[in-house]
Amino acid sequence: MASEDIALMAHLMRRAGFGASREELEARAARGYEATVEELVNPTAEPVDRHDFYRYHPGFWKPITSPGMGGSAWFHTMLTTKRPLEEKMVLFWHHVFATGQSKIDNWHELINQADMLREHGMGNYRDLLVALAKNPAMIYWLDNCDNHGHAVNENWGRELLELFSLGVGMDGHPNYTETDVREASRAFTGWTIAQAPPRGYYNRWDWEFEYLEEDHDDGEKTFLGHTGNFDGEDIIDIIVQQPSCHRFIARHLYNFFVADEAQVPAWMTTPPRDPEAVDTIAKAFADSHYDMSSTLRVLFNSDFFKNARFAKIKSPAEVVVGLMRLAGGFDFPGPGIGNLSKNPTYMGQELLNPPSVEGWHTGAEWINSGTLMKRINFAAGLLGDTNRPGIRALINRLKAQGDLSPEGFVDSCLDLIGPLQVEPEVRQNLVAHAKEDGVLRWGTEQEVSTSSARVGEMLQLIASVREFQYA
Amino acid sequence: MATTKPPVLVVLQLSGGNDYMNTVVPYKDPLYWDYRPRVALPEDQILLLDNDVGLHPSMGPIRDMYNQGKVAIIHGVGYPNSVRSHFRSMDIWHTCEPDKTGTEGWLGLATRELDPHKDNIVTAVSFGPSMFRALVMPGVPVACVDDLDTYGLLTGISPAQQRTKILEKFAQNYSPVIGTDEVMKYLGQTGLEAMEGADILKVAPQKYSSTVEYPNTSIAKKLKGIAQVHFADLGSRVFYCDHLGFDTHANQMGVHATLWTDVSNAIEAFFADLREHNAADNVLMFLFTEFGRRVRDNGSGTDHGAGGVAFAIGDTVKGGQYGEYPSRKAEDLTQGDLAPNLDFRGLYSTILEDWLHVDAKPIVKGSFEKPRFL
Repeated sequence: MASEDIALMAHLMRRAGFGASREELEARAARGYEATVEELVNPTAEPVDRHDFYRYHPGFWKPITSPGMGGSAWFHTMLTTKRPLEEKMVLFWHHVFATGQSKIDNWHELINQADMLREHGMGNYRDLLVALAKNPAMIYWLDNCDNHGHAVNENWGRELLELFSLGVGMDGHPNYTETDVREASRAFTGWTIAQAPPRGYYNRWDWEFEYLEEDHDDGEKTFLGHTGNFDGEDIIDIIVQQPSCHRFIARHLYNFFVADEAQVPAWMTTPPRDPEAVDTIAKAFADSHYDMSSTLRVLFNSDFFKNARFAKIKSPAEVVVGLMRLAGGFDFPGPGIGNLSKNPTYMGQELLNPPSVEGWHTGAEWINSGTLMKRINFAAGLLGDTNRPGIRALINRLKAQGDLSPEGFVDSCLDLIGPLQVEPEVRQNLVAHAKEDGVLRWGTEQEVSTSSARVGEMLQLIASVREFQYA
Repeated sequence: MATTKPPVLVVLQLSGGNDYMNTVVPYKDPLYWDYRPRVALPEDQILLLDNDVGLHPSMGPIRDMYNQGKVAIIHGVGYPNSVRSHFRSMDIWHTCEPDKTGTEGWLGLATRELDPHKDNIVTAVSFGPSMFRALVMPGVPVACVDDLDTYGLLTGISPAQQRTKILEKFAQNYSPVIGTDEVMKYLGQTGLEAMEGADILKVAPQKYSSTVEYPNTSIAKKLKGIAQVHFADLGSRVFYCDHLGFDTHANQMGVHATLWTDVSNAIEAFFADLREHNAADNVLMFLFTEFGRRVRDNGSGTDHGAGGVAFAIGDTVKGGQYGEYPSRKAEDLTQGDLAPNLDFRGLYSTILEDWLHVDAKPIVKGSFEKPRFL
């Protein structure tokens, strides 16, 4: 297997999924890159059955308000899915349509929203926006339940345009006016949540979308140059035709899948890092009539994607899920899964509870001295655990290479953990460390034991280098 | 008692919404007994402070400190349009932004004022698995300690000499590399700060000795860690920790008693330790919670409410009670809850200006009436 093929496949799987074992990379590389992209955008593997998780953790079913419990079921899906891009898209849309427990106060409705994002995330963006507009958690999050025909609340209408579809502006020009916000908001009046019986904290009722015709403003509206008696779906139909929408979604996809970009609030005035790439994605989005699978296919098969290796800082969810999938042994939802699922929180990303509707700031903004230490220690803890099946498999591969010189030892570890590219000085440092104990030998049982421990230690050292924070 | 030592703030966050009415009990008010058929404290066990209120029976050590004039009880704390979601309300307390989502924590901002040039990367130390938003401020390093005894990078590597060698490699790997980009440089600087912070803090447990025995509880362990860092004279000015579990919807009588036993005993040990080390005179401890709980019980516990109670404890505190206990009369309640009558941002202003000596206005975003407990 050409090492370049493996490196490229590893790049694809880090971005379009949560990484993959060397066995999986080899199998996928043998089938070919484009075939793998095809399988990722049109997955055929069985989806994760959430009931398997709830059977062992019934307390996580509808956990309502309990702090820290909400993300666990979704976390376990990320950990075990065989449809990695589909799950990555749930995370992508969660970044874009950021909705948080801080206000919803009902994990179950947020998990339902994540499930909705899974159902529509790789399909048609127009349908996704309609589903989002009818999603009870979103309706409550952005107060559309207080958006009445006689008294307009603009929160949802504004964020729909500003954060979910168009962006404030581009190339220094605004994409919409305050009148457009107002008119869009009017079109969504009466889109609300059905009245539920009053609740106590232990007996929440499921929320349901309800359209109240008598609360809907059916009057004429003018939105982005179109005039008519629009309702919400008409507004979304107009939105998806806007070139600004195509570029907005393209830029989000670029930032999430290709390379770290300027943060959203800067997009009106800061041009994309790679305008040509963003145009390519935007064109694929428009040409396919907003089909996400088609758009992602173009993205992953493009040269700008293939050339963007290690151009992103991993998000906490990517760090934690990626490492746990690599180390292995977490498929069964054993005790402690609730605590494990809090690890992204410790690194600054509490799933289902983003800091605001703007979502998380990404890239270097993930990093501070506290979160960096958590990232390094979490990675070192798993990679240094030589009893984990994924680490054992890695040791067996090293063993199959026979006795290794310090250089060979370091290079093979860097290869098997990524392949990871590091600065020459860093490689020199790792080699210098390996030299202290000389050749890595596998002859006797004692040597196997010593060498396995050395591998665990080397992997921890590699987990601590700066380059490891990149995807 | 005048001291020349720099003032130190210790925040203890009571997470989950501490029940005001069973913490500082308005035992003289017949309404208390009406509202709480199942969740009222036994009248003969309430620790009376005066003719109106008394403390929860588990708060003996705090009552004793109160009687010594070292505890300020601040009544009716909250903010307008109380939010009854844990997360949102805690965010508001952390960022002083009740109307929009804030990202800068009040103590992150204060830390920047205390140490504008980042001369000391352990100016603020947080005890807990993740950083509290109160301390979040871009560019302000905060040491975030789970367990002081095992705090540091790559702590899984043993023996100690081996780890030392690995950490040397770590430092070399994080040293600026010529020609790398801004993000790599930033990562390098941040990694070195993390290591330096851990290096500085690890001396604290080594230098520590004391005759005080802390109880074996999570909150006592955190306060002991804070005491150790404080005694080590590392220049830390802001400490933060929390105690979980105050969300007493059910079985409140037992749960709440345990919580306050643990918190009170830990505080007692902490201050005994401070005094033994002649280090109490420049420490102010501040206790708060995100909201109080509903006036009427739910048969087993109490649901989320509004107005709450806060405490300031320390040798320099002017002991007593500040503000007014909000009225329990039905017509004065808001949605069945005590209506807050003292804005927490005023309380913060007292701490910021009269203890830490930094300008409060830009941090709390405005001017609020300050309770004068210092």
